[in-house]
Amino acid sequence: MTTSNGGAADTSSIQDQSTSLKVLDWSLYYGASQALKSISLDIPQRKVTAFIGPSGCGKSTLLRCFNRMNDLIDDVSVDGHILLEGQDIHAPEVNVAQLRRRVGMVFQRPNPFPKSIFENVAYGLRIQGGVPRGELEDRVEWSLKMAALWDEVKDRLKESALGLSGGQQQRLVIARAVAVQPSVLLLDEPASALDPISTLKIEELIHQLKDNYTIVIVTHNMQQAARVSDLTAFLYLGELIEFAATEQIFTNPSKKRTEDYITGRYG
Amino acid sequence: MATRKTSGLRSWLRSGEPWVWMNAAAVGTSILAVIGLVGLIAWNGLAHFWPHAIVQLETGTADNPVILLGELVDTDTTERLQYEEATGDGALPEAQTTVTRVLLKTGNRRTAPPDFRWVYDHRINRISQPVDAIVIERTEWGNAYGFLESVRDGDRTVTGVKAQEALARAIDFAEELRENIRDLQQAELQRVNAGIEALRLEDRRIALSDRSPTDKQSAHADVAQRRAALEATYATLERELREHINRFQGHEITLRRADGETEVIPLANIVRTWQPNAMSLAGKLGHYLSSVWLFLSEDPREANTEGGIFPALFGTVMMVLLMSLLVTPFGVIAAIYLREYAHQGAFVRLIRIAVNNLAGVPSIVYGVFGLGFFVYFVGAGIDQLLFPEALPAPTFGTPGLLWASLTLALLTVPVVVVSTEEGLTRIPRSVREGSLALGATKAETLFRVILPMASPAILTGVILAVARAAGEVAPLMLVGVVKLAPTLPVDGLFPFLHLDRKFMHLGFHIYDVGFQSPNVEAARPLVYATTLLLLTIILLLNLTAILLRNRLEQRYRGVEG
Repeated sequence: MTTSNGGAADTSSIQDQSTSLKVLDWSLYYGASQALKSISLDIPQRKVTAFIGPSGCGKSTLLRCFNRMNDLIDDVSVDGHILLEGQDIHAPEVNVAQLRRRVGMVFQRPNPFPKSIFENVAYGLRIQGGVPRGELEDRVEWSLKMAALWDEVKDRLKESALGLSGGQQQRLVIARAVAVQPSVLLLDEPASALDPISTLKIEELIHQLKDNYTIVIVTHNMQQAARVSDLTAFLYLGELIEFAATEQIFTNPSKKRTEDYITGRYG
Repeated sequence: MATRKTSGLRSWLRSGEPWVWMNAAAVGTSILAVIGLVGLIAWNGLAHFWPHAIVQLETGTADNPVILLGELVDTDTTERLQYEEATGDGALPEAQTTVTRVLLKTGNRRTAPPDFRWVYDHRINRISQPVDAIVIERTEWGNAYGFLESVRDGDRTVTGVKAQEALARAIDFAEELRENIRDLQQAELQRVNAGIEALRLEDRRIALSDRSPTDKQSAHADVAQRRAALEATYATLERELREHINRFQGHEITLRRADGETEVIPLANIVRTWQPNAMSLAGKLGHYLSSVWLFLSEDPREANTEGGIFPALFGTVMMVLLMSLLVTPFGVIAAIYLREYAHQGAFVRLIRIAVNNLAGVPSIVYGVFGLGFFVYFVGAGIDQLLFPEALPAPTFGTPGLLWASLTLALLTVPVVVVSTEEGLTRIPRSVREGSLALGATKAETLFRVILPMASPAILTGVILAVARAAGEVAPLMLVGVVKLAPTLPVDGLFPFLHLDRKFMHLGFHIYDVGFQSPNVEAARPLVYATTLLLLTIILLLNLTAILLRNRLEQRYRGVEG
């Protein structure tokens, strides 16, 4: 795999780039226990940012804050601010459904709907409404091409999405997310349930997608983080330990705990 | 030697093989029980329609011979002692310990009762099957058995060989005439009657309204005028009807009974005739099929012991369909609220337990509730609001189809709630999150993804509800089912579906024919035939729903779990 060389050689140059998601002093509690502890970080536009850390460190929880998926869980309380292009996404006037159209998400296990391939991709557009029939077809084709799935499924759009392989399903789910044209794409361990070849395809896809989207990826696999991301954040027990260019994190981490994790001392 | 045998047994026990045998035996017993049950009902129900041979029995003494003609229905064997006590006959041979007797259906209930007779085997002197014996199915007094003497066809009387052909012609003529009469009665007269009744109600409505006296007077006059027109139509129709009925005059059949007497049967009373002893196998089969068809399509006669069961069949299907239409949305919405929207706390748990327990409440309790709440409270309220002009005669404040369907919907709602909830729980969270993450609201997710995926489970609930409702009788007796309904709940008169009408039901029909019938022997085969039909209906309704569910399951396979 090509390693990332997106020009993010050091932290200072990251700060200059325009920020997509700005996290300010963010804390999250499950009931009484604190899962995220005063996290602050800036996620730049059109880059791949990876969250790494041992299980239970809060990286998925943080990711799910960006499209407010944590709203679905009872007994969650939050503190701090998350700004999407300057707008506080937890402000009372924000329409959650609209926010989620701007911040797409792909989950760990492929979760296509029990509908046809076409209907899966068109789902978000149909919800949005106002997309004429002809344009709908164009958008579905475009999305499937973006997800590098078009050639494999163009003759069987009317067939059930459940007949696709796991890797194809995951790319279908990416196409489905891309179809509504979000500005941010959240990937929650998108390849952990897939075989190595499908994983490779997903990683290639991430590379292509970053030209158009801000991508945030949570991964357990450090090689994957090193391969696909421009920046890497290391979280540990709900705290952000270190956030820097991927190259720097993997070659010359500034914190002892980051080095321990990367060299496999725990996690 | 003994120890080795024990250890062999023990190892056999330990191998688990006895367990397998026990399971197989249990399954086998259940299957046998089902086959036995359905088989018994099917045999007894279906055999009734077969044209049994007519036998002529000569019994009695030489000075006082008795000749009987009829169908052999049953045989049984009694102990000698019982026989002697019942008849006072001590002349049986010494060695004989049991006595066999046969049940003969001799018909002719009006002129030579009774229509069923037991005859002891040893008293029968001669038995024969006269080829020309004829059965006449009548609209009144059951079947007549005998020999065709003559047919009077207007002013001609035909006897001998030609009588057969004349009879066939006469039957066709009667059928056509009866159809004309039925059309006249059901379509025309009923419509005019309904019009007159509507005008009577309009008259009352005008009287009850707060219009000015002069206004009222002119309105009353208008109604009176329209009524006069309708009554004139009615009179014409009635005259026409009488003319039709008069055309039957002079058409009759003379039958010679087995005892030598003759009797005259008016053609108007004859449904059909057949000569079973002269029939070929194909003829018998044709007769069998037409008997089954008449049973399914005709109205009952003679206090439900004769004729068909069509109104009961229609009422059952109608009630079950209406019940499904009511229970499905109600149960599904309740389940969605409980599972998707309500906070899953102690209160919801309590409601869930209550709903589950509702399924265990005896069904007659629902009947009492339906009568007290739906009929007396809701129905009476509707009458006050919408049909005040008909009072004190109730419109909805009396048992009827709507209330029966609602009561059964209430009875079966727990089944639908429980299985819908199970279906909703089985849908993985990832699918919901997938939809929400695309910007769908909770309601959009529910309608576009969750409900279609839960539809097989919902249908399972409806299947169970239908199975339970179709077999329920007790609550229906309180909220709408009657022994004999004069009209079907659906007809050609506005508003076509009459939810306020009382209706007939196969389950209640079985009870009525079996236990309330004046003629037990005649009713017995009908009980089996009606039971078989009820089983078939439930089976068909279930089968339809199961096929539908399987198709849906096929579609959503692979996502659940």
